[in-house]
Amino acid sequence: MSAVLDGSSAKARSGADRSEGVWHAAWRRLRADRVGMVSLGIVLLFVLLIVLSALGLVARGWQKEVGVPSAPPTILGPAAKTENTAIAVPKGPNVDISAVDPLAPRYKEWEERAAKFKAEEVVKSETLPFGGDRLGRDVLAKALKGTQTSVMVGLLGAIAATVIGTLLGALAGFFGGRVGDALEWVYNVFTAIPTILLLLCFAAAVESNPLLKSVIGRGIASVALILSLVGWTDVYRQVRAEFLKHSVRDYVRSAEAIGASTASRMFRHILPNVSHVILVRMSLLVVSFIKFEVILSYLGLGVGVDSVSWGTMLSEAQSELILGQWWQLVAATAFMAVFVTAFSLFTDALRDALDPKLRGLE
Amino acid sequence: MAAYLIRRLLQIIPTLIGVVLLVFFLFKFFGGDPAEIIGGLNATPQQVDAIREQLGLNRPWWVQLGIYFKSIVTLDWGRSWATQEAVSNIFATRLPATLTVMFPILILDALIALPIAMWVAYRRGSLADRTIMVITTVALSVSFLVYIIIGQYVFGFQLGWFPVQGWSDSTLTNLTTYVPLPVALALLVGVAPQTRLYRTFFLDELGQDYVRTARAKGLDEKRVLFKHVLRNATIPILTQLGLALPGVFIGSFLIEVFFSIPGLGREVILAVNRSDYPVLQAFTVYLAMLTMLINLGVDILYKLVDPRVVLK
Repeated sequence: MSAVLDGSSAKARSGADRSEGVWHAAWRRLRADRVGMVSLGIVLLFVLLIVLSALGLVARGWQKEVGVPSAPPTILGPAAKTENTAIAVPKGPNVDISAVDPLAPRYKEWEERAAKFKAEEVVKSETLPFGGDRLGRDVLAKALKGTQTSVMVGLLGAIAATVIGTLLGALAGFFGGRVGDALEWVYNVFTAIPTILLLLCFAAAVESNPLLKSVIGRGIASVALILSLVGWTDVYRQVRAEFLKHSVRDYVRSAEAIGASTASRMFRHILPNVSHVILVRMSLLVVSFIKFEVILSYLGLGVGVDSVSWGTMLSEAQSELILGQWWQLVAATAFMAVFVTAFSLFTDALRDALDPKLRGLE
Repeated sequence: MAAYLIRRLLQIIPTLIGVVLLVFFLFKFFGGDPAEIIGGLNATPQQVDAIREQLGLNRPWWVQLGIYFKSIVTLDWGRSWATQEAVSNIFATRLPATLTVMFPILILDALIALPIAMWVAYRRGSLADRTIMVITTVALSVSFLVYIIIGQYVFGFQLGWFPVQGWSDSTLTNLTTYVPLPVALALLVGVAPQTRLYRTFFLDELGQDYVRTARAKGLDEKRVLFKHVLRNATIPILTQLGLALPGVFIGSFLIEVFFSIPGLGREVILAVNRSDYPVLQAFTVYLAMLTMLINLGVDILYKLVDPRVVLK
């Protein structure tokens, strides 16, 4: 016994002999995954972009009309001038009707007053690097700002859904019995309704309520709230299963024996041991929430008109495409495709790294 | 079997009550005031009060809930607030269009995805497997919206192979003229995730001992794959199809909105935009019921395809 407790061996145990922690091991496995690391890099790049745009350093002026309406991308050159088919302006002096014109005496005064003000003539560029939208706003700036909106909705919604799902799942799994049955009933109710229909019902309810609308507004928060209220069920299911499994394990019983409170056992003992599962679930949610946001925004149930997201860009792009203006569609699609692909691949890598047993979970 | 059926059917009831409560309270406490929605922007306060009286909104909520439950039990779903059309009539007239589009999608999805999945699972790790996995990942990353927007523009508007949108009264014309483009686009999007999923099912089975045994006793690969692996993979595949089936009835509402197909999905979107609560509520309750019945049906199918399954 004394041999075990003496200084040198204790030191050795805390050093090399100590087995690797789950996060450390996961990081080692993740680093070995080349696809995972590349996608992590791309995701981090997007995170940087989002932070910069949230701070106002990037795409701040996305609402400015910097180009002519529907300015084409620079590589295409300016749009061809359309023939002016309006009726020609008549030439020659105006017919003098000042004798009958009741406003005639005031024209001079008005001209003098108008001369005091000067309208600023803004030169609008004929082309923009990635083209402009219907109002001449820069599509690149819009896409960057839209990335911020869409990804924030996905992330915030996923975090909120994870909190709800984890809390309820922990309660159901840990206590079982009446609490478990009641929560199971709620879960069954929510999963009996197809997700998209439930989303639309929530969106319709929030949409038609002027009070609720004025409190949380039509923005990132309300869309994220709707998504999380609908999407927590997957997290719940898995957390419940994990808590069921863990609550009877020896380490939890030992904790109980030394007097750990219920809350402490649930959230200080079990939760860290299942957190990797929750993390994987959450990142799966991010992708699906981003896709739902795009659909909701397209249908006019997402973020409001004063903000921009991939979904609102796509809904504008539909009518632009018929006029041959493809650039907004391409910009929104490209940003979405790159981010979602990178994030999905990263999620796969994360899952493999954190828990190889979870492979195949979709 | 009969006892099992009865018990499962009884289990549906509490969940269904929960669904009814959910849609009732959702619109009651989170939704706007129905009287003001129906009255519109120009309604006078007296008119709004009259509507409220007519709908029974002045009564306490438990009385309203009672009335609501009664209407559900008697299958009287009321009328749409926006059009005064009976909700049951909306269902009856919009369902055929939805089914005409969605059934081909469901069936073709499985018919295309299954062979591809089986093939890539069989050649796991090969270049073809990895290429297809990369393609499906990228295909999945783009919103379905993009596929529809581009597909409609290219094949309908530019090339003119299909009508851009439309619908007729004859099912045959619909199937030959209006359905192909939406179905093709839905398949383009749907086949990828299905393939990924079926691939994991086949991979699970291919790693089992019975596959090795079958090979060891000299069966040719065709027999191993089609007689042994496919049959064993039927259960997860059936589950998947069962899960997808309720989606058929809601239709892909995006498809219906884009292609002006007068189906249920488009009706839901219209109801959402008009805050037409009765339609939304009825739709949700119907679909929840259907989902649970389909789940029960799938469980019974398990028994038929796999005699080892014991229904408990």
